[in-house]
Amino acid sequence: MAMLIQFFVPSKLSRTVYNQITDWAQIIYAFALIVGVFSLLKYQAEKLSRLQSGWIYNLITIVSLVVMAILGFAGGRGDDSPFMWAFNHIQAPMQASVFSLLAFFVASAAYRGFTARNTEAVLLLISAVFIMFGIASIGNAIPVFSNIANWILMNPSMTARRGIFIGIGLGTIATALRVILGVERTYLGKE
Amino acid sequence: MRWTLLFSILVFSNISAYQLHVADQPNDDGTRLKIKWEPLPPSELAAIDPEMYNLERSFEGTDSFVVVSQISRKDTTFTFIDGGLTAGRQYYYRLDYIDSLIAWQSPLAGPATPEENWYNIARTNVLIGIIVVGLIVAVFIYRGRRGKSLYLRPIAGLTAVDEAIGRATEMGKPILYSSGRGGMQRPATMASMNILGSVSEKVASYGTPLIFPNNDPVVTAVAQEVVKEGYTKAGHPDSYKPENIYFVTDSQFGYAAAVDGIMMRERPATNLFFGTFEAESLILAETGNSIGAIQIAGTDSSIQMAFFMVACDYVLIGEELFAASGYLSQDLQVIGSLKGSDLSKIIIIAILLLGVILALFAQGWFVELFVTV
Repeated sequence: MAMLIQFFVPSKLSRTVYNQITDWAQIIYAFALIVGVFSLLKYQAEKLSRLQSGWIYNLITIVSLVVMAILGFAGGRGDDSPFMWAFNHIQAPMQASVFSLLAFFVASAAYRGFTARNTEAVLLLISAVFIMFGIASIGNAIPVFSNIANWILMNPSMTARRGIFIGIGLGTIATALRVILGVERTYLGKE
Repeated sequence: MRWTLLFSILVFSNISAYQLHVADQPNDDGTRLKIKWEPLPPSELAAIDPEMYNLERSFEGTDSFVVVSQISRKDTTFTFIDGGLTAGRQYYYRLDYIDSLIAWQSPLAGPATPEENWYNIARTNVLIGIIVVGLIVAVFIYRGRRGKSLYLRPIAGLTAVDEAIGRATEMGKPILYSSGRGGMQRPATMASMNILGSVSEKVASYGTPLIFPNNDPVVTAVAQEVVKEGYTKAGHPDSYKPENIYFVTDSQFGYAAAVDGIMMRERPATNLFFGTFEAESLILAETGNSIGAIQIAGTDSSIQMAFFMVACDYVLIGEELFAASGYLSQDLQVIGSLKGSDLSKIIIIAILLLGVILALFAQGWFVELFVTV
């Protein structure tokens, strides 16, 4: 509701109220994070104590959490601190590795999605070929590919996306109204 | 040549025809002024055509000026918004160019006073749209409250939720639920929690484990309450295990790796992805696909929807995610709000068609009515 009011009322008061609310949201998040970390520790510790399959991962999680916390509290978070070294040389590369997996998953998903089973799938396959060649540097050298790719992206694809956007917008308004009117209270853990 | 030019500038600068305009920036909190200038260079500097000019500000127009921005002669917007000002205070502006030989100043613009606005007039069309859609939805909620029978078309992805829960029960395997990376303030996450309520009630009655790794601690707390309520409503409060709904990490790919690991170890029979997803969507869905889980997804991101479509068995498209809670709970008030959304959609389609027809006849004013800032 505060966001809605702030969208239409540009005054300093509405902005101050909005900023206060977002600040409170940050504070709640910070405290919830503490609860979340204890919930994670409890879950991992219970699994570790039962030595369930994959217990080594539970151990690694707990040790990593404790070590990073010690490094952060003891050495700070400066550019040359042990904490940042661990972050830059262990966590960041691991995250990059998981992100890199996306390339292989895109390939496997594309192989499955573009299988020409029926008319719609054939249309999808043809569109995909034009778009992939049109956007890739090799296809960009051939004007017909890039022109067709742009046409597909800016016309049928954009039309479909805008239709979805309108649906999502209406759904968002309806959900917000249900919450504001108290019709929908499941997210509060109530009937 | 230069001395002649300097002489003419010194003589004529006070009667320069160059104009600088300053006015209050409308629809703001009273901290901005809009400065507009004519094409550069001014006639006095046409011979040397400088690249950059200083835009300067002063409180009285006579005291010291401070440079607020550098203006390029190539700037075709001819506009600068000066921010961080004090509402109700007077300001003067001028453009100037100084080098070792020449000093030119535009005539002063001002005084202008930034004014605080209490309503953004430029967003009136949005307000009207929200009021119209809101009223329609509210009327249908009221009709639902009065018990009017409302038809809801079958949605394949939601019909399959029962089937997916049944499959997991038969196989004796858990169900994995994920609400993605959205915080509790996002409508998609709220919709996800509403779906979770219905799902948890069903899994409680079947006695099937529900695993919900989370990447937002606030969502974790809400999800625990929602699932607990679902188990209680199903008459099995003792079966509720809070340790199955737990926070993992707020790192995007850390979360993806954790959920992938859970899938590979726990081998859930059913994966339910409802909420806001980003690049991790395909990593999760492809891993789920590789373990043979039946997967149902719904998100408010059209880009991630495409990834889910190739990797999941059923996908909720667009507003179907927000319709899910009404569909699953069969609550007449919620269904009423969905009917209101549908009627709003029909009105929007009619407006779109009207706009297309008017645009064909070069009547651009109709489209202008819907421009937002």
